[in-house]
Amino acid sequence: MKKVITGNYTASYAAKLCRAEVVPAYPITPQTSIVEKIAEFVSSGEMKAQYVKVESEHTAMAACISASYAGARTFTATSSHGLVLMHEMLHWAAGARTPVIMANVNRALAPPWSVWADHTDSISQRDTGWIQFYCESNQEVLDTIIMCYKVCEQPDILLPAMVNMDAFILSHTSEVVDVPTIEQVDAFLPRFEPEWKLDPDRPMSFGSLSPPASFYMEWRYGIQHAMDLAAKRFLDESRHFERHFGRPWGGLIEEYRASDADAVLVAMGTMASTAKEAVDQVRAKGRKVGLVRLKAFRPFPSKELREALKGAKAVGVMDRSHTFGHEGPLFSEVKAALYNAPKRPAMAGFTIGLGGRDILDSTVVGLFERLHGVAERGVTKEVEWIDLRGAEEEVAR
Amino acid sequence: MVDKPNYRTWKDIPPMPVCWYPSSLGNPTGGWRTFRPIIHMDKCIHCALCWQSCPDAAIRWVEGSPDVDYDECKGCGICAYECPVKTIEMVLEVKE
Amino acid sequence: MTAKGGKAAEAGAAGGGAKGPKKLPMSELELMHPGHVGCLGCGACNAMRYALKATGPRTIISVPACCWAVMPGNFPNTCFNIPHINTAFEVTGASLSGIRAALDARGVKDVTVMGWAGDGGTADIGIQSLSGMVERGTRAIYVMYDNEAYMNTGIQRSSSTPVGAWTTTTPVGAIRDYKRAPKKNMVEIMVAHGIPYTATASIAWPKDLIEKVQKAMQVAGPSFIHVFAPCPTGWRYPPERTFEVARMATQSHMFPLYEVEHGVYKVKQVKKETPLKDYLAAQGRFRHLTEDEIATMQTNVDRWWRTLLARERATAELAPSP
Repeated sequence: MKKVITGNYTASYAAKLCRAEVVPAYPITPQTSIVEKIAEFVSSGEMKAQYVKVESEHTAMAACISASYAGARTFTATSSHGLVLMHEMLHWAAGARTPVIMANVNRALAPPWSVWADHTDSISQRDTGWIQFYCESNQEVLDTIIMCYKVCEQPDILLPAMVNMDAFILSHTSEVVDVPTIEQVDAFLPRFEPEWKLDPDRPMSFGSLSPPASFYMEWRYGIQHAMDLAAKRFLDESRHFERHFGRPWGGLIEEYRASDADAVLVAMGTMASTAKEAVDQVRAKGRKVGLVRLKAFRPFPSKELREALKGAKAVGVMDRSHTFGHEGPLFSEVKAALYNAPKRPAMAGFTIGLGGRDILDSTVVGLFERLHGVAERGVTKEVEWIDLRGAEEEVAR
Repeated sequence: MVDKPNYRTWKDIPPMPVCWYPSSLGNPTGGWRTFRPIIHMDKCIHCALCWQSCPDAAIRWVEGSPDVDYDECKGCGICAYECPVKTIEMVLEVKE
Repeated sequence: MTAKGGKAAEAGAAGGGAKGPKKLPMSELELMHPGHVGCLGCGACNAMRYALKATGPRTIISVPACCWAVMPGNFPNTCFNIPHINTAFEVTGASLSGIRAALDARGVKDVTVMGWAGDGGTADIGIQSLSGMVERGTRAIYVMYDNEAYMNTGIQRSSSTPVGAWTTTTPVGAIRDYKRAPKKNMVEIMVAHGIPYTATASIAWPKDLIEKVQKAMQVAGPSFIHVFAPCPTGWRYPPERTFEVARMATQSHMFPLYEVEHGVYKVKQVKKETPLKDYLAAQGRFRHLTEDEIATMQTNVDRWWRTLLARERATAELAPSP
């Protein structure tokens, strides 16, 4: 049934439809309406979940992990400082192989305080072993949460996943969302029945000390192996999703007019949808440009990226975060993915939109201007901060 | 009797660190001892305080009497100290 | 005798024997195997052994970083015969809330959920999640086993280290900086939360400890038990005296045994009284204290003992539960 709902409420509906059983909840702008809506669902009786009113996000994630080990399907949501407060426990959830699913609203980190869109919070968690998706629409938020439960709870995957949406641009913006019935979701998503759990009928100890000659390295390899399997499994389940719900979920990346493009931008989140507008405008003026949107950041879709960018002469990467002392993290990762490709394009990195600074279609058209001819000229400025006050005085790198 | 797990590669192990093999079989701690408790049964009053006070549960209670499990006993001496009739003697372990 | 979990019988007495065996003083069922790597004479081991005799096999235990994280031994060995989870250091309260929520979601009502954390992991780094768990009313037993320092990492001071004690981070030295700050009173902090049941307990009074844990099992909400667990390694005394040290702690009123049920105080009077100086003299960690310093400590210990007795009198008229 089609509803007009915000990204936040979409996440709440997804948790309800997926029958999340334990929801530890802590508020943080701009995620609060996710947990408020879930509280409403639980209080009204339409969602049968244990709503645990935790006293911090770190506790929220710790409670998710233990609840998952005790055999329940868990869900939580956070943003920005809440996510980085959970950092220790994010590592733990992945190492514990608990399929916790979390909605994260991408918001800038302080100081100074900012509640607006920025990817630094989740990108800075890229090493933790969590699957990461970046959504462009509220529909994608809903569908990706369902897909994450479907894939992550499988016994050979067992990985936690975060579904990211931009602060205010999605979280507080209403869009038309096709919300399935709970019966439709029940038919797609089986009950969570983990093999390894806390059960007095089958006592076991989780997380014992493991010296170097024991199996620590093998368990770490197991996480990587599960990520590799997940990359394929999401594509398999995507076909089932489309057959079942009657609309596509797609793959790990989305290509927009990129196959014959000379210059391609790579982006994640809602700035990609603005970039699509810019692609159309520049194409109308006769230049062949395109966009590749990464949906999955972890597992990193190297194979798909190499394939999508193989014809491009120039690639620009838009980063809504920055790794200080270096460059945009997505830029580094895309460059690394293309390093061993037979034909490497010229590449430039654009750090853009930090702290929610607006990204207009005209801004992105400007990026295509910068990429124009760079393959022939060579890259003079590898990293550029876009729309920075005083950018012209910036020290050339 | 629980089988000792035979893990060799990343494929054998469970997906996360989890185990169940009893430490009494996997890691008997009798080798820690410097002194071994000898219970002189002639004076024993079967109060079971030695059984109760052992931090390692290394004294079994067999048919109404204490029985030290020398595979596990670390020789801490608590049983000897707590025995109300002082009938447990801590004897220096000597290599045979 | 070790049980394989499930429906193992709780034997009260052993079989017959020539010299008229007494009924065993506590349940015969062992849910903690030997072969753990606890130090010789470790008081925390007795604490665990007795607590599990109280809770039985339908128990899930959550253990953060502490001595008991290492005690069960290396993979693939474990000394537990109940389901057991290792967690991060500060999250015991969070973990208990998560486990109980999952059991409630699945309609499982007959399992005791127990947290087992050290003094550092409770009074310091873990106090936030403990406070949260108690405030939101999670049905679980939180046991703080108190060896009065960060023992697992090598005897560093915690807020539960008593005044006067040597630790590696209060190493006395020329400026005499033994632990100066008073011991944080976790049971009183729990009383201030309005917790339904909280108590102190000691391994030297095992029957009392077991009864208190069993009382906690009946609470339809959170309970907190502070168990005194002497540490020969950190307190510097020979391992065979662990019970003696525990006895003297309570007999000197350094560690009084009491419980608070819905705000009503009940103090356990023990038969013997020991001067504080004898308790202190038994442990190397207090060796540097002067007579004057000990006299001050005796005054403070007596003061708290009298306060407790006064609270017992003051709350005696209150109904046992609201």
